[in-house]
Parts: sequence; structure tokens; C-alpha cells
Amino acid sequence: METAPTLHANYLTDGFGLKSWLLTKDHKRIAILYLISVSAFFVLGAVFAGLIRLELLTPAGDLVESDVYNKAFTMHGVVMVFFFLIPAIPAVLGNFLVPLQIGARDLAFPRINLLSWYVYVFGGIFTLVALVMGGVDTGWTFYTPYSSAFSNSNVALVVVGIFINGFSSILTGLNFVVTIHKMRAPGMTWFRLPLFIWAHYATALIMILGTPVVAITLVMVGAERVLGLGIFDPKLGGDPVLFQHLFWFYSHPAVYIMILPAMGVMSELVAAFSRKAIFGYQVVAYSSLGIAAVGFLVWGHHMFVSSQSVYAAMAFSLLSYLVAIPSAIKVFNWTATLYKGSISFEAPMIYVFGFIGLFLIGGLTGLFLAALAVDVHVTDTYFVVAHFHYIMVGGTIMMYLGGVHYWWPKIFGRTYPEGLAKVAAVVIFVGFNLTFFPQFIVGYLGMPRRYHAYPPEFQLWNILSSAGAALLAIGYALPSTYLLWSLVKGKPAAPNPWGAKGLEWETPSPPPTHNFTATPVVNEPPYHYAK
Amino acid sequence: MATRVDALYFFLVAITAFFTILISAAVIYFAIKYRRKAREEAGESVHGAMWLEATWTIIPLLIVLFIFGWSTTVFFSMARPPADSMDVYVVGKQWMWKFQHPDGHSEVNELHVPVGVNIRLTMTSQDVIHDLYIPDFRVKADVLPGRYTHMWFNATKPGKYRLFCAEYCGTNHSGMGGWVRVMEPADYQKWLAGAMGTGTMAQTGEKLFNDLACSTCHKADTTGRGPTLLGLFGKAVALEGGRAVEADEAYLRESIVNPRAKMVRGFQPLMPTFQGLITEENLLLLIEYIKSLKAVPSNATGIVAVEPADTGTTAAPAKK
Repeated sequence: METAPTLHANYLTDGFGLKSWLLTKDHKRIAILYLISVSAFFVLGAVFAGLIRLELLTPAGDLVESDVYNKAFTMHGVVMVFFFLIPAIPAVLGNFLVPLQIGARDLAFPRINLLSWYVYVFGGIFTLVALVMGGVDTGWTFYTPYSSAFSNSNVALVVVGIFINGFSSILTGLNFVVTIHKMRAPGMTWFRLPLFIWAHYATALIMILGTPVVAITLVMVGAERVLGLGIFDPKLGGDPVLFQHLFWFYSHPAVYIMILPAMGVMSELVAAFSRKAIFGYQVVAYSSLGIAAVGFLVWGHHMFVSSQSVYAAMAFSLLSYLVAIPSAIKVFNWTATLYKGSISFEAPMIYVFGFIGLFLIGGLTGLFLAALAVDVHVTDTYFVVAHFHYIMVGGTIMMYLGGVHYWWPKIFGRTYPEGLAKVAAVVIFVGFNLTFFPQFIVGYLGMPRRYHAYPPEFQLWNILSSAGAALLAIGYALPSTYLLWSLVKGKPAAPNPWGAKGLEWETPSPPPTHNFTATPVVNEPPYHYAK
Repeated sequence: MATRVDALYFFLVAITAFFTILISAAVIYFAIKYRRKAREEAGESVHGAMWLEATWTIIPLLIVLFIFGWSTTVFFSMARPPADSMDVYVVGKQWMWKFQHPDGHSEVNELHVPVGVNIRLTMTSQDVIHDLYIPDFRVKADVLPGRYTHMWFNATKPGKYRLFCAEYCGTNHSGMGGWVRVMEPADYQKWLAGAMGTGTMAQTGEKLFNDLACSTCHKADTTGRGPTLLGLFGKAVALEGGRAVEADEAYLRESIVNPRAKMVRGFQPLMPTFQGLITEENLLLLIEYIKSLKAVPSNATGIVAVEPADTGTTAAPAKK
């Protein structure tokens, strides 16, 4: 059972030069290329967040100029959404685990997989060049006609960067769909798939169907800005609200691109650390598809005060309530999975508990925003900022970190320091709540978002929030440090250190280049823990 | 209206607290009760139960449908300005708010209104999208270039209340705010008398109407080359091609900046465009003037008077 990772040939020892990494077609190495690049973008996005929170310590806009502040929150949003949150779980964990979990040697199109990474890096470079040349100040939402006719910043460059980056997402989605359809090991039927795979399948569908819409929308912004084609600017005969429809048609489903993979990780972790089958497996699997489908029909809830017709608002409100149901069902099923389990409390499980708490608050505050009458008051305030950070940071990043810890021994063949990891998970949970909970209150009190300076009565809540951000920074610095340390000093990991089920645990840690020495044959249901 | 919004808000807070505590308590209870006691121990074989799945689908569904019904009811009354509202016109521009009162007063970043009166705001933007937000009144609506949006409120207590721009609009977005000053009727009358304007909006609009030579074609009778504007506002207008539109603010504005978009039946497309030649404030003056032309035309060539249509547009509510 114990296999020392340094003794067997594996994908990490299969070539050491830079070329062996940059020209690799191995999904596992590409996952690591993504791990390095999304981590770099995360640090960049976090630096901007730090700048925002420092400025907001005092009501006056005294630390930086308004333009600098506006560029900081724009770059924070652009970098975190397009270059971290969207690719994080699918491109890192998904890339590594989709073939392993279904018993395949690689993804269906290994070269396209490598291309996705290059496209991602290329799109990222455009965005970084825009940053170096002075940044962009439109907000990550690029609302017209400000972005297309009024902003004096590098809108076109950033828009091109995001346009290019979109293809990376589309190609990854395509690769996942084909792989999951065609490359499952013998006996790996649809209802024996791990829920991580179901979640990635649903995510891939959104990537393929939604991303082209935002790509072409951003092209239209560029065309209006550079060529003067009248699409969104009323002075040129365009319609500024049309942009919002097109933008949110993708960007709302994009929230599910971020959260569905996190829900997939969640299912794996709950099962592994309860040593028990997921309660209501099929319901959880179908709820992912339900979220992906209904998620395309709710974009108008970003536009309740935009001059949209009251009847359209009513329809979008109802559909938004319906999309909440599958998420609620998942939470109930995860909770029920704990019942009569055998629960242990390693670091990934601490992230699971943190996720449940944060996702509950993030999800339930969504009910406020779907309620037309309440949304009018709290939309465009810090209430919304708090809500989507609870989902994206509290949900996606908690599960990204939980998943990285859980599969770390598999990916690198080394174990991380457990005690320190638990402390970090708790610090992140506390720091996160201190940062974002006060924002619900200050939003309800009426503080608008994207404000460089604000009325003094809001200061207390902003100080609390900035203090939380400092704690959160410490929380994130801890894993960055000890995980790197573990690559050198960590104890060699066993093939299955958690005693978990799933094909990825039946191959050595780290896996050999071709994943399995013999094609695995599946003859039991998923999460088959009980004897 | 603000109390109705807050009642729903605090109901939602209660729902959130209830489910957060319920699930957290269940998670903590299970985590302690079923903690792993032996290294190789596995959980029991429990795979699911359809009755439970049905329960936790149907109960949340009923709860959200209830919230939906409640909030939509409140929203619809927020969205419809009462007929007896007092008009104020709003123009947003980078980075200030300009308020124009029909009696001719205009003010920047301050809005004086009497207490207990329904105030209907008709709003537009000179440049990018803005959003007028008065948190204490629980009202907010986007202010768009090229079209009019509406919102209304009824302030119930004198005092000063913050107003903000809530849609990011560029460099000095966070400086684009001010105050709503709600005054007792007597104080409001005093303010009106003290800050004398240069004539009502309609009077200034009439002057502009003549200066721009609108009056050469749009005459009080049917002899003009353009349709008469008497009694036009709020009526349905028959268009070329058989359609009809209601002559509201949006229609009047469009007919000035882009006259060929909706041609009145029986008239030639002779009118030049005023796109870019007239400010949003002046457009509002013209519209207020046209609204003041109440007389009903004796014989209707261009204007077909049907019943006034219902105005159902975006907007919002009122005050605690």
C-alpha cells in the first residue's frame, strides 16, 4: 500500500527541462501550469483588493486619486473574475482530475488542452499590458456608453484580453464534454460518475454556450469605441441597456461556472471525510444540470432598476427564485450525508464546514436581491458586494483551497502540515466573515459600491471590513507558504492517504504519466464506503 | 412605502437566520455525534430518501413563491407614480445632479420638496448612465442617456436625506451626491418665494419654442406644416403605417431629436433633427411647455384623441 513517491516513475519525473513543461500534452502537467498562472493572478487581484480596503479605511479619498481607485477596483474585478475564479477549479483541479476520476489516460484533445493554457496566458498578457500602460477604469462590467464612448483608459486592450481568454474557457469546456462522453473506463456508467464530474459537465456546457456571447459583446464595445459603430451609445443611435442584457446573459451563468465546480469539490470532500455515499446522489447530479439550464434565464435580475419593463422584472424575479431551489437541495443533501457518517476533521473538512456556513449566507441573501422591492434599495450598494463575495470567495475559493489540500498528496506525492492547515482554514473563515459581513450592513444603510470617498457615518463598518481583509491576507499567505514548503520537505504521500473512494486514489501518488498501469474496470457504485 | 420594503427585508432576515441556524445546528450535531471513532471505520449505508428530497424541495419552493408574491406586490406599487404627483425633472451629468421644478426653479445637487406630497421624478442623462438613489426613501432608478425614466416618493418627515449616484459613471462618481430637503408646506412656500426663478419651465419653454422656430410649423390650429401640439400630451397619436403611440415624455423627446423615427400620419418628413443641438435641460423645457398646451383641438387632423394611456414605467416608492 505504501509507495514512496520518489521511487516510482511518475508524471513529475517524466522530463525535467522547461521544454518538457511548456510543450507537455499531459493534462496533469497542464493543470500545474494553470495552478502557477492562476495563483499569480490571484496574488495580483489580492493586491488591488488590499489597495481598495486601505483607501476605504477613511471616508475621505485621501490615499490615492479617484482615477487610481477606480482602476484598482476595475482590475481587481477583471483579474479575479476572468483570470482566477472562472479558470481556478476547472482548469487546475478539473484538468488534473477529470481523466483520473473517469479512468482515462488523458483528456480527449491533449493538444487543445495545451492550447487553452496558451490562449489563457496570451489573454492575460494583453490585460497586464493594459495595466502597465495605465489601467482601465470602467469597472469589470464595462457598462456602456461609459466604456464605449467616455472612458479615457485602455478599454480596448482589456476587452481584447478578455475576448482571447474566453476561447481558453470554450476549449476547456469542449474538452471536458467530449472526454466525459467518450472516455469513461469500462463500467463507469453515468450514475457511477463522481459528482465532481457531473459538476464539471454542467460547467462545461455553460462555458461552451455562454462564453461566445460575452466575447461578441465585448467585440461590439471595441467596435463602437474604435470604429464609431453605433451599437450602445444613444448619440450614435444605439441602446445602452442592450449591452447590459448581452453582458449579463453570459456573466450571470458565469457565476455558475465559478460555483458549480466548487459544489463538485464539496460533494467529493463531504463523502470522503464522512466515509459515506452522498445522500441523494442522483438528485445532486441532476441539480447541477438544473442550475446550468435555469441559470441562463435569470440575467435580468441584474437590471431591476435599469429601466427594464416591470413585467420582465417580474419574470426574472420568479426565475431567480426557481434557480435557488437546486442549490438549496444540494445543501440539504450534503448536510444529510453527515448523518450516520464516520466524520473526521482534517483541513479539507474544515473548509467544508466553512463552505456550508458561507454558502448558506451567500445563497440566502440572494433571496433579498431576487425580491424586486428589496433589490431596488440594496442593488448597487455594498449589500450586493457582500452577497457575491460570499458566493464567489466564500463558496468558490473555500472549495478551491479545500480541494487543493485534499488532492495535494495525489498531485505532488507530498503531505502538507495538517495542524497549520487547520489553523489557516479557521483564520480564512473568520477573516472572510469580518471582511464581508459588515458590508451587508453598510449596504442596507445605503452605501453605494464603487465609491472612492464616502459619508463619515459609514466609517465604522469600513474599518471592520478592512481589518477583516488584513486577517484574510494572513489566512491566504499561510497555505501559499506551507504548501510550497511541503513540496520539498513534506512527507511522501500514500496512494490513498484519506481512505477515500474514487479511481484517482487507486493509482500511485503522484500518478504515472499515463495515469493507470492497466485500464481500470468499475464494478461498484460511487462512494461505495459501507461494507 | 419604505416601511413596506423594510417589513419584507426583516422577514427575509428572519428566514436567513432561521435556515442558517437550522443547517449549522444540524451540521454541528452530526459532526459531533458521528465523529470517527476508529481509524478504519466507514459510514453507514444511507443513500437517500425520496420523501426527504420532496420535503426539502417543496417547502423552500413554497417559501420563495410567498416571498416572490409579496415583493412583487410592493414593487408594482413602487413602480406606478400616483396620478396626483408633483413633477420634478432631473438631468444627470458627469458629475452633478440638476433638478428643475415646473415653476422655473432649478437647483444643483439639492432637491427641495414639500412633506407629504407625491413627487414624481422624470429623469435623463446628458452623458453616461447614472442612477439616482435616496436610501432613506428606499428608491433608486437608473438615469439613462437618450431616454426618460421615472421614480416617485412621498416624504413623510421633514429633514435632510442623502442622495447618491449609484451607477458607476467615471472619475468623480463618488462625488455625485447631495441632499433631499423635505420641508413643511409653509417652509417650502417660503423657499419658493425666496429663490425666485425666471418664470416657469413652461414659460421658458415657450420662449425656446419660438426661438428655435418650432412655432413656424407647429401652430395652434391645423394650418401648420407640422401637427398641432395643443392637447397632445397623454393622448394617442396615429402614425404612418397604422400604429399609434402614446404622446408621453419619451415620445416627445424622440420626436424632437429624431423626428423621422415616428411620423405622424398625414405629415411630410420636413422637420430637421435636433440631435446634439439642444441640451437635455432645454428638451425638458420644451416638453413642459408642450404639456402645458391643454386646449383640445377643435378639429383633429394630425392628432387623434383616444383615451389617455396608462403610464407603467420603471420607478420606485416612497418614504417611511
